[in-house]
Amino acid sequence: MNKERNIAGKIYIAVIFVILYAPIAVMIFFSFNSSNSMSEFSGFSFRWYNELFHNKDAGQALLNSLILAVSSSIISTVLGTAAALGIHSMRSKRIKKVIMNVTNLPLMNPDIVTGVSMMLLFAFVAGLLHSLHMFGFWTLLIAHVTFNMPYVILNVMPKLKQMDKSLPEAAMDLGCTPFKAFTKVEFFEILPGIASGLLMAFTLSLDDFVISYFVTGESFQTLPVFIYSMTKKRVVPYINALFAIIFVVIFILLLVRNFMSKENKHAAK
Amino acid sequence: MNNTKRTWLQKYAASPYLVWCVIFVIAPLAFVVYYSLTDENGSFGFSNYARMFNGDTLHVFLISLAFAFVSTVICLIIAYPLAYYITKAKKKHQNMLLMLFMLPMWMNFVLRTYALSFLLEDTGLINSILKSIGFGQVKLIYTSGAVILGMVYNFLPYMLLPIYTVISKIDKNLIEASEDLGCNRLMTIGKILLPLSIPGIVSGITMVFVPSVSTFYISQQLGPTDFMLIGDLIESQIKSTAGVYNYGSAISFVLMVLIFICIAVMNHFSDESVEGGILV
Repeated sequence: MNKERNIAGKIYIAVIFVILYAPIAVMIFFSFNSSNSMSEFSGFSFRWYNELFHNKDAGQALLNSLILAVSSSIISTVLGTAAALGIHSMRSKRIKKVIMNVTNLPLMNPDIVTGVSMMLLFAFVAGLLHSLHMFGFWTLLIAHVTFNMPYVILNVMPKLKQMDKSLPEAAMDLGCTPFKAFTKVEFFEILPGIASGLLMAFTLSLDDFVISYFVTGESFQTLPVFIYSMTKKRVVPYINALFAIIFVVIFILLLVRNFMSKENKHAAK
Repeated sequence: MNNTKRTWLQKYAASPYLVWCVIFVIAPLAFVVYYSLTDENGSFGFSNYARMFNGDTLHVFLISLAFAFVSTVICLIIAYPLAYYITKAKKKHQNMLLMLFMLPMWMNFVLRTYALSFLLEDTGLINSILKSIGFGQVKLIYTSGAVILGMVYNFLPYMLLPIYTVISKIDKNLIEASEDLGCNRLMTIGKILLPLSIPGIVSGITMVFVPSVSTFYISQQLGPTDFMLIGDLIESQIKSTAGVYNYGSAISFVLMVLIFICIAVMNHFSDESVEGGILV
């Protein structure tokens, strides 16, 4: 009885796994196709990889995405950590609650509404300045910092709650300025929260399509927006090559993370 | 603790963030409201809202809600047993299994949807296999079914993770106790497992429903030619009507209110929906 149940479970897991990975496997397989057919494999070749690496727009889009992800995650981590410190020490429960509700707003709001609302603001400012080239890096940076900060705050906040409050007080009693007490004591106590916030902000920024789509300009395209404009109702084989590369990179990163968290657990024991 | 003085650092650390929120969270939403209440010439009125409830837009809203509802239910039906079976696997395999099922979520959703359309195309692999074994070509892409499939395929991990998290935290002794006391398998599931996993189910539903109801790429890539969901309507209103944002803003505002009502209703069902709620 129990064994049958186990087998049923394994079969179920296997079936869902196959369905989930079928499109991925097909994409990767056909990235090595020598023709642009989607169903007939006419021979193994690196043709599409070659084409991808020689595509200047794709390379530029990747570079843009990385620049944006690095800068927006750093800015949102600094501002978000500071915000968490300030909010945590607030005495009025009511003000705290209002601020946390505002923080949760971009998390609950559908991306498309966030994107539209920011676009309206930027379009308004562009109208005031009579500027036609408002949309680009700066609008994207502002939008990404805005949707990243709540995640940083939500990562840092629990660490601040766990921290022993007498630690920074002791540091200040012993002559530290508040800022030094933070850099020498508090910072290291909440570092895990800051690090996971930074990492999350970086990946969210790299991955975002919907909000970027509304605040992007021709001068600065991110990778997801580039892929969107390339693949709209048509088939572009070098996107398969890009897909395969991104898949392998993510797979390796997740494996490393998995491995490292296991190591940490062993070390803790 | 309350009588310790706040240092200057604590007092002012949150100020940049608060200023940022006012300018880049509150003000943009105020613009949405402002545009929704004005017409092209800037005169106030409810004409945008009146237009919305009199014509095709209402229909698009209903279709979007129905599609999001169906795909959320399918996600729940698929993900719940999956989460349950993963918790039954050996401890050392569980992390690996979970990682494999969450991995597609780390791919960009534009890419995932493109992968799906690559497979479903008229000249794609499925159709060519069907043809070679004697079936005719089947219309797979550009159908409503493909849109549902696209939503389920894209958002299934969002359902899996919170449910897995709650089930794996359920005390195994409870299940043993219920079996010892004479419950059969179904009764154990119905009386112990399901009620205890409600917080995970609730956050899973919210996390699948919200992106499904507001998506705009999936329907364009996989749906029939003239097919529109509410996200597509907003996108076409905002992106292709040069400088006239009023009607698109009104639809966005209604969508936002609708989502907040949904979230409030869902939270009502579980007091601890925060548990396992924040994902990614």
